[in-house]
Amino acid sequence: MNTVERLVYMANQIAANLATENDPVHATANHIQLFWDPRMKTLILEHGDAGLSQIAAAAIGQLVKQHGAA
Amino acid sequence: MTYQPQQDFGTPASYAETQVTLTIDGRNVTVPAGTSLMRAAAELGTSIPKLCATDSVKSFGSCRLCLVEIDGRKGTPASCTTPAESGMVVHTQTPHLAKIRKGVMELYISDHPLDCLTCAANGDCELQDQAGAVGLRDVRYDVKADHLGQAKDQSNPYFDFDPSKCIVCSRCVRACDEVQGTLALAVEGRGFSSKISAGLASDNFFGSECVSCGACVAACPTATLIEKKVVEIGTPDRSVVTTCAYCGVGCTFRAEVRGEQIVRMVPEKTGKANRGHSCVKGRFAWGYAQHQERILKPMIRASINDPWCEVEWDEAFAYTASELKRISQKYGKQALGGITSSRCTNEETFLVQKLVRAGFGNNNVDTCARVCHSPTGYGLKTTFGTSAGTQDFDSVMDSDVILLIGANPTDGHPVFASRMKRRLRAGAKLIVIDPRRIDIVRTPHIEAEYHLPLRPGTNVAVLTAMAHVIVTERLVDEAFVRERCDWDEFTHWAEFVSDKRNAPETLEPVTMVPAADLRAAARLFATERNGAIYYGLGVTEHSQGSSTVMAIANLAMATGNIGRRGVGVNPLRGQNNVQGACDMGSFPHELSGYRHISDGDTRRLFEVEWGVSLDPEPGLRIPNMLDAATDGVFKALYCQGEDILQSDPNTAHVSAGLAAMECVIVHDLFLNETANYAHIFLPGSTFLEKNGTFTNAERRIQPVRKVITPLNGLEDWEVTQRLAQAMGLDWNYSHSSEIMDEIARLTPSFAGVSFDRLDELGSLQWPVNEAAPGGSPIMHVDGFVRGKGKFVVTDYVPTDEKTGPRFPLLLTTGRILSHYNVGAQTRRTENVAWHKEDLLEIHPIDAEDRGIKSGDWVKLASRAGETTLRATVTDRVAPGVVYTTFHHAVTQANVVTTDYSDWATNCPEYKVTAVQISASNGLTDWQEEYEALSERSRRITAEVPAE
Repeated sequence: MNTVERLVYMANQIAANLATENDPVHATANHIQLFWDPRMKTLILEHGDAGLSQIAAAAIGQLVKQHGAA
Repeated sequence: MTYQPQQDFGTPASYAETQVTLTIDGRNVTVPAGTSLMRAAAELGTSIPKLCATDSVKSFGSCRLCLVEIDGRKGTPASCTTPAESGMVVHTQTPHLAKIRKGVMELYISDHPLDCLTCAANGDCELQDQAGAVGLRDVRYDVKADHLGQAKDQSNPYFDFDPSKCIVCSRCVRACDEVQGTLALAVEGRGFSSKISAGLASDNFFGSECVSCGACVAACPTATLIEKKVVEIGTPDRSVVTTCAYCGVGCTFRAEVRGEQIVRMVPEKTGKANRGHSCVKGRFAWGYAQHQERILKPMIRASINDPWCEVEWDEAFAYTASELKRISQKYGKQALGGITSSRCTNEETFLVQKLVRAGFGNNNVDTCARVCHSPTGYGLKTTFGTSAGTQDFDSVMDSDVILLIGANPTDGHPVFASRMKRRLRAGAKLIVIDPRRIDIVRTPHIEAEYHLPLRPGTNVAVLTAMAHVIVTERLVDEAFVRERCDWDEFTHWAEFVSDKRNAPETLEPVTMVPAADLRAAARLFATERNGAIYYGLGVTEHSQGSSTVMAIANLAMATGNIGRRGVGVNPLRGQNNVQGACDMGSFPHELSGYRHISDGDTRRLFEVEWGVSLDPEPGLRIPNMLDAATDGVFKALYCQGEDILQSDPNTAHVSAGLAAMECVIVHDLFLNETANYAHIFLPGSTFLEKNGTFTNAERRIQPVRKVITPLNGLEDWEVTQRLAQAMGLDWNYSHSSEIMDEIARLTPSFAGVSFDRLDELGSLQWPVNEAAPGGSPIMHVDGFVRGKGKFVVTDYVPTDEKTGPRFPLLLTTGRILSHYNVGAQTRRTENVAWHKEDLLEIHPIDAEDRGIKSGDWVKLASRAGETTLRATVTDRVAPGVVYTTFHHAVTQANVVTTDYSDWATNCPEYKVTAVQISASNGLTDWQEEYEALSERSRRITAEVPAE
């Protein structure tokens, strides 16, 4: 698993575990915002949707808006 | 201080609220009801002669030396077994008593060797003291039969047993029973034939069930049970009270010393964590501190293929600083990072994270808690508002039911386990959730009501199923939940757990736990008055570690088991200062006191104090550092007191990450495994050589005090400070107490902590602030720190680490009593006598399928890698599950563990690895290659490296 593949895996894992939250997309985006370092965020934002679950992809989309276009 | 034996009050303290006042030798004394006359006298400073009594065990009344006279009562009752009563008038010294005592002592001495001058306990022997106290000057008996000349049992690596000197007072037997709870010792035979026996008559101490906790040695009033070091060195001449550096219990010890030589470590009776008890590690396994393999001079090398070159400290700091600056300039400041250690003090840890944030200019700092209890921090902060356990250790004595999940305290936290066992022997009930039948499931006088041997990786499913039972059978403490928790979140959670998909019967095929047992266990936990939950790394080291912690918190809140003695959520921390390392801001997203780095107000506090600007973005966690290293963007690591190559998962990945770095700085006691990939080695100091504090699993901040001069010349905080100075930082701490003062200024939960207060009070449990100046033994008493307790829905998400035809078994890892973590310390002690190598536990059915017998070499293979070790066939593990430890570098169990980790914190999933076991006839390629690398990497030369 290279770093981007690992980040995709991690994002999906976070999304799966926050799926029962009231707003799972926001919860996932917030978790990544709070715990990932800037380079990891940049890599996942630049990666696009490939391999991401629906919640994770939406969360990354939210972060893209927050951070500006990737 | 000059050596003085600890005061012995003769019998345990009474904690009754009612007080009684009596007169002893003409002086009045007021004591709690139930206090013995012996102890009441001791409170007055009057020592009644005694032999069979000691304050660590219940009174026994056998030696007949402590007799007293009481006005209005006939005879001469034993003061150890006679409780004080109001109005009593007691006489401890009368001519009649003196005559009796002298006669008793004469009998004892008639069957005791008169070799005091050459006895190892000369000057530190209660028998000798009492002979003097009663004025014995002569022995009139012409003894025809005695017990002298018996062979010594010297089988234990740490203490001798000399039956010739035994007076059969049974203090050792009672200490083993009452204090340790192992019941390994017994009085064998009757009358004149009575003798102390370890197990069966054919056993010696080493071969018996004795766990070498040292309780018997501490209790022995003669030289019968005595430390080999005392025999070798002599009695100590001074002592220093300090805190053990093994495990999260944090036992208080008296380091007893002669000159600069440690003679022995004796548990301190006033220690609030250990209450005078110890285990084999803290009591005896400190020899590593003066082991010949200690590295005492700094070393550098340009390449990991070069031999090490010894240099002076100044050169080491200058070289290290120049390398860090070079890398920062070439690759950017984000290419640097550091790892703090749970084995180091709060002050040292605080300085390392400060160096990274203020010196390196980023937040790339992490700690070994990443790989153990980071999910505890996340889970308990989310649900309760504080990243810590809720109770003190004493609390367990008020528990009525104990739920133990994913922890093996008799091996991992043995001193607390003894306390827990004491409570269980007194009637509390026990539920164990663990894939293995750990010792506490069935041990002398204790049997768990329920052992739920779940399939590894299904903790969340089991706990949610228990919640299902509690909610659907209306066992919720609704009053507590309505008052203390967010009701809407509770109802959302209750609806979730009530769903049929979370019923024990539905989940049984997943968890492998019989639904009826799970239902019964849930009912038991919910219906007893005080229910306490204790857990360990079997909870956290999973892909759903954080979810499991939150599921535990849910269970405690739903049953109202928070905020008073006897209840609570209690993480048993692995290393001595895991709690402290986390408190001190070691995580890349948090400053000390668990405040997020993005919080501007908090950041500004630090910026003003440190005179720098801080990065508001979180830094890299350890696994992310390794990923970044293999990507070529992370180039330098300062690693203090950790051995990530041996302790972290997927060794191949860790070694690739380390090998990709240009400057790995290892600051440690020994050339550990990580040092094989290091360019700079800064020698560390042991806990015996420095001042500081450790914070144990009950949030107890305890003093670590310098016992001997650092062998390398510097305490670890001084090393970090000198490095910071070499990098241009204006740090000028003259003592570690000044670092704690800074921590207190910057961290609200430590506001009232200082070395002076710790020295005065012995310890303090945080939060220590204006609202709680004396500390906080129990948390969330009137309300949760976060306001309302938060119920979190914890849906079971199975791990992606799956078994299949290639890897059909599940490996889970853990530790054993005699070793600690990666074994760097304990492997350099006599503890190897109990555990020379890591062993693979495999169920008889799985062993039979593979033609494996106990003692066979086997290959342990996973998708990540393979290693070899010997097998032990045992039904302690369930079919389909295998188990091993990770204490030995030659095995490197983490070669087979994977990169799967907790979803919230990246804590590795050590406890679930799909593996295959097969017969083997030799080392794997990895082991052979690593052995060669290790040998090559440890060469040391005095030559100066070529430019």
